[in-house]
Amino acid sequence: MAYQIRTTSCTGCSACESECPNDAIFEKSFEFFIDPTKCTECIGFFEEPQCVAICPLPKTILINPDVPRFQVAV
Amino acid sequence: MDLGNQKEPTLLRVMQPVADQSGTSSCNSKGGSGKSGCGSAAGQGDLSPEVWEKVKNHPCYSEEAHHHFARMHVAVAPACNIQCNYCNRKYDCSNESRPGVVSERLSPEQAAKKVLAVASTIPQMTVLGIAGPGDPLANPEKTFKTFELVTATAPDIKLCLSTNGLMLPDYVDAIHALNVDHVTITINMIDPEIGAKIYPWIYFRKRKYTGVEASRILSERQLLGLEMLTARGILCKVNSVMIPGVNDQHLVEVNKAVKARGAFLHNIMPLISAPEHGTVFGLAGQPGPTAQQLKHLQDSCEGEMNMMRHCRQCRADAVGLLGEDRSNEFTTEKVMEMDMHYDLEIRQAYQQEVERQRQAVVSARNAELQTLAGERSDISILIAVATKGNGRINEHFGHAKEFQVYEVSTAGAKFVGHRRVDNYCQDGFGEVESLETVIRAINDCTAVFMSRIGNCPREGLLKADIEPVDRFALEYIEQSAITYYREYLERLRRGEIIHKQRGDAAIRQGALIG
Repeated sequence: MAYQIRTTSCTGCSACESECPNDAIFEKSFEFFIDPTKCTECIGFFEEPQCVAICPLPKTILINPDVPRFQVAV
Repeated sequence: MDLGNQKEPTLLRVMQPVADQSGTSSCNSKGGSGKSGCGSAAGQGDLSPEVWEKVKNHPCYSEEAHHHFARMHVAVAPACNIQCNYCNRKYDCSNESRPGVVSERLSPEQAAKKVLAVASTIPQMTVLGIAGPGDPLANPEKTFKTFELVTATAPDIKLCLSTNGLMLPDYVDAIHALNVDHVTITINMIDPEIGAKIYPWIYFRKRKYTGVEASRILSERQLLGLEMLTARGILCKVNSVMIPGVNDQHLVEVNKAVKARGAFLHNIMPLISAPEHGTVFGLAGQPGPTAQQLKHLQDSCEGEMNMMRHCRQCRADAVGLLGEDRSNEFTTEKVMEMDMHYDLEIRQAYQQEVERQRQAVVSARNAELQTLAGERSDISILIAVATKGNGRINEHFGHAKEFQVYEVSTAGAKFVGHRRVDNYCQDGFGEVESLETVIRAINDCTAVFMSRIGNCPREGLLKADIEPVDRFALEYIEQSAITYYREYLERLRRGEIIHKQRGDAAIRQGALIG
């Protein structure tokens, strides 16, 4: 239920960090990560995931295949 | 840095380490040698006295100031909110000197400490700029926090920032409140159709926009921001990247639009686009302009407003005089260990000495200009000059990493640009290939002035029909250029030489060595 940042292509520009509505993005030793327990894929907030929208590099923030897609609570 | 007739002992003592480090460049010196500066050229020009007073000691605004005064950029703003086709955000190389490139990112606290360290070491450091590596206003907290901290410890340092303008209208009041009196906006178009070829997307108010719509929003925000700033009396310069076949002709319209909204200076820069930079333009083989294409565009905008021609398109973490990067001396690690003595008195004494030298250059030029009073000629020639600064011809040909170019006519000598080269003399020996690069870079010049030159390059230049001139060694540039021009006209009259139209010259693209 989350996006994840490919650290190999991330430039560490930090642009995504402040745009996340869930404060799910954090920095550790100059690398950025998304906390999968906080990420909602921006569902319920915005039409598109904000981190993906502002990331300067293509294919750097992708759906994390290891966790299930986010489900809106009914 | 050579201070000429420096007499004041305390100041001399303080300036000495600067002189030693800024490098009078021997052949095997690597890095940071003082090739920058463009001689004292037009100076005040058409600027109003109020504007001149604000910018005369600002290296990035006054071509006359920038060999006297240093600036530094602090890389506190990594995030960006638009994508430009001439920018590759992944690129970070310490050898590369161009906007957006940095080697180290700083927190506002680290940046403030670095500013103090640099200001304590380099008394001619008068300006702090935030220019990225992203956009300062896409990182508003970090940018404004840095300005606050610096103002608290070093109140005489001028603050400026360089932005793409997208978020500018939102922060004009904050910029005003923090006493930032110089802002640069990069405006490459006012027509969104053209913008769509330069900007693939923008991120604005939580949405990503692409195509013409993105550029429409960007352009509206840029022009609104410009109007709001000038309405508050904040000086605005506009940067434009000249992209042949995309916006080259259009920049004349941009020039009119930004002048109408109160910009005081327009800086048209050549596109830098080598494939190895990995930018969209670089990979697509989009060429940058030649030296003459750039000059023609700058000339055609000249009547409209002041044009800036000495921009070195420096890095977002540059430190020192333009073209003389000293950022390696001020890495975070080194800064944290440095002793700092911020001496306002020394800084002011230095600025007074510069003012005295400035007046000397102007007097020498004006006196020489009198000798052209009776001349009538349509001929204008370009002269390349090897200089370390102070408005004098004081660089050995083989050590020059750039040449300043002056246009001379009966109206006098005018600085019209600079040309970067690989210095001819590497490790004490001249390189034939380097000489060819130099000739390509100054091929549109009739003569080249230097303090000294060896026999081999002298012959090479003569073969290329560029006259090497070392008889004005250590003299003032403009004064000497006018003398040369007057004698050139005399030689023409006597039939000793024939005036020829010169060809074009190349703008250097790759990374600079050392």
